Amino acid sequence: MDSWHYLTGHFNYIVVIILMMTGLYIVISTGNLVKKLVGLGVFQTSVFQLYITMGKIHGGTPPILQSAHEGSEAHGAVIRNAPVPIAQSLADVPIDGVIYSNPVPHVLILTAIVVGVATLAVGLALVVRIQESYGSVEEDDLREADYQSAAEPAK
Amino acid sequence: MSAVLLLGEMPPLFSPAWISANAPALLVVMSLLSGPVAVLLWRGRLAWAWAGLISLLAFALTLILYGQVLHQGVVSYAMGDWAPPLGIVYRIDALNMLALLLVAGMGLLSVVYGLPAVLREIEPKKQALFFAAFLLNLTGLFGVSITGDAFNVFVFLEIASISTYVLVAMGAGTDRRALTASFNYLVLGTIGATFFVIGIGLIYMATGTLNMADITAQLHGRGDDRVVRAAFAFIVIGLGLKMAMFPLHTWLPNAYTYSPSMAGTFLASTGTKVAFYALVRFIFGVFIPGSAFDSVIFDLVLAPMAIAGMIICSVQALFQNNIRKLLAYSSVAQLGYMLMGLSMGTAAGLSAGLLHMFNHALMKGALFMGAGIFALSYGVRRIHDLRGMGQLMPLTAAAFSVAGLSLVGAPLFAGFVSKYYLVMAALERGWWWAAAAVILSSVLAIFYVGRMLEAMYLRKPAEIDGAPLKPRPAPMLALVPLLILAAANIYFFFDASLPKGLADAAAAALLGGGAS
Repeated sequence: MDSWHYLTGHFNYIVVIILMMTGLYIVISTGNLVKKLVGLGVFQTSVFQLYITMGKIHGGTPPILQSAHEGSEAHGAVIRNAPVPIAQSLADVPIDGVIYSNPVPHVLILTAIVVGVATLAVGLALVVRIQESYGSVEEDDLREADYQSAAEPAK
Repeated sequence: MSAVLLLGEMPPLFSPAWISANAPALLVVMSLLSGPVAVLLWRGRLAWAWAGLISLLAFALTLILYGQVLHQGVVSYAMGDWAPPLGIVYRIDALNMLALLLVAGMGLLSVVYGLPAVLREIEPKKQALFFAAFLLNLTGLFGVSITGDAFNVFVFLEIASISTYVLVAMGAGTDRRALTASFNYLVLGTIGATFFVIGIGLIYMATGTLNMADITAQLHGRGDDRVVRAAFAFIVIGLGLKMAMFPLHTWLPNAYTYSPSMAGTFLASTGTKVAFYALVRFIFGVFIPGSAFDSVIFDLVLAPMAIAGMIICSVQALFQNNIRKLLAYSSVAQLGYMLMGLSMGTAAGLSAGLLHMFNHALMKGALFMGAGIFALSYGVRRIHDLRGMGQLMPLTAAAFSVAGLSLVGAPLFAGFVSKYYLVMAALERGWWWAAAAVILSSVLAIFYVGRMLEAMYLRKPAEIDGAPLKPRPAPMLALVPLLILAAANIYFFFDASLPKGLADAAAAALLGGGAS
């Protein structure tokens, strides 16, 4: 039963590892440049999941201050002016009796998603240009074409 | 001292006091915003002038920061007045300063150098976009060098990397292999960045903070922790990919060879150096040096890889026919020297590694500039075609030779100083085999640099239809930065106090001991 609990308790992490290895394997094994980018996307997605998983606190609610009327101003001021020891401010201690999930990983991963989109866009643009000038997006064909052009005397 | 200003004391906008108080933020924000402006300017020359102006201002801001660092030791700037550790802090000490000076200086020289090459190599409607990508690259490198927040490093690293992919791919105007080189770099660079961000995530899981200083504070007294150990491994591999640590360097030679001259110059002298800076910062400034897994990774992983890179890539450089590919392989070998300094784990070794980082940027920058000028004037790309360049382009060839000799580590040139300190640090640590490897790799460098010098000075110029080539003047704009760098290569032999002082201070601050 212990291993069952271990598996269910770490379900998200197991999915992360499977996705990560799948993505990395696709990048390495395929010779098609578009499929390489797909693999890269799967690989990056696994990291998004890793971050989202760690933001969840057991029994935590979405991180929106519940006593908004008098609470938000006060907490904002505390965080802004005095350096709060991190252990106190981010540990799963209840604030006004409510446990909040940690919002920071979500914010971080939003940034990483944007980075991923930008990388994918540049990658696909490169694939288009490669298709235009080589007439193929298969790595073997590209290598063959490069050997051919290297064998010709330089202009 | 904190540069945080309370509301009400804010000096008027754009006054000298305001600029000096906000210099860290201005440096990054200015270069970031200038990128889109370069796109709007549209004309190649206009965008070039704009990029030149911005790099000049950035260099001035870096000098202001250098003054502050000399004066105060550490400058820290809380972004948006949010106090660390929750807010993002820009923290500049001697180590950051060395990286910043390198990026700002080489950025300025590369832009000045770049105009003739860009006008020739890149089609007119893409020239402004090229300079925009360059400015974004500058932003990313500044950001990595200046920030004190671990996740911020990732974001800026990716700004720098994505713009680098674009810069490399722009070489497609002269050689379509730039496209495949850029694609391979993109795939490996993204894997590296993703490994890095996994490492940051694991650190965040273990410590609940992203501020570098706070991570170190949280890790103290933690003991051996498997999550932290995994984070360390992910970060070292991720940054290793970005800095082309020996077995992870396969993206580098083609990317340097087929990129446009200006991009090649700037990348070779800054890109991998900034990744090396980040590696140093994470190994010594975030994780705690001296803990059990550090010494294992130094002795059994980093040092052997450094030596393998130094020797194998020097041998590979020997057999290259393309000038820039030779220089690229030599770059991987030189990164091995820096890594060797780091892996000694002593203040003297680290200081020598950082000094070599600075010097290598000077010499590789000059060598790539020289190679670019030869390519621009005579279309020279192969070593064989360098023949007679000593007669045809005496100034360029002389500056190229100075940088080449500096690369070998000949006395009278900057390269000698850092190699000397590296060998002394290795002997002091008892690593005679490391000192031997440095010397062996330098001997190999004599051969591959010698091949180029021999072609330039001892061979007759090529003949076309029986008539020898005529001398052609090098473009003045390209020649001046090259001469400045060559002069710097000589100057820093006689007076290495600027980089050595910063490197010593950085090593002392990171390792808590005095450097020799």
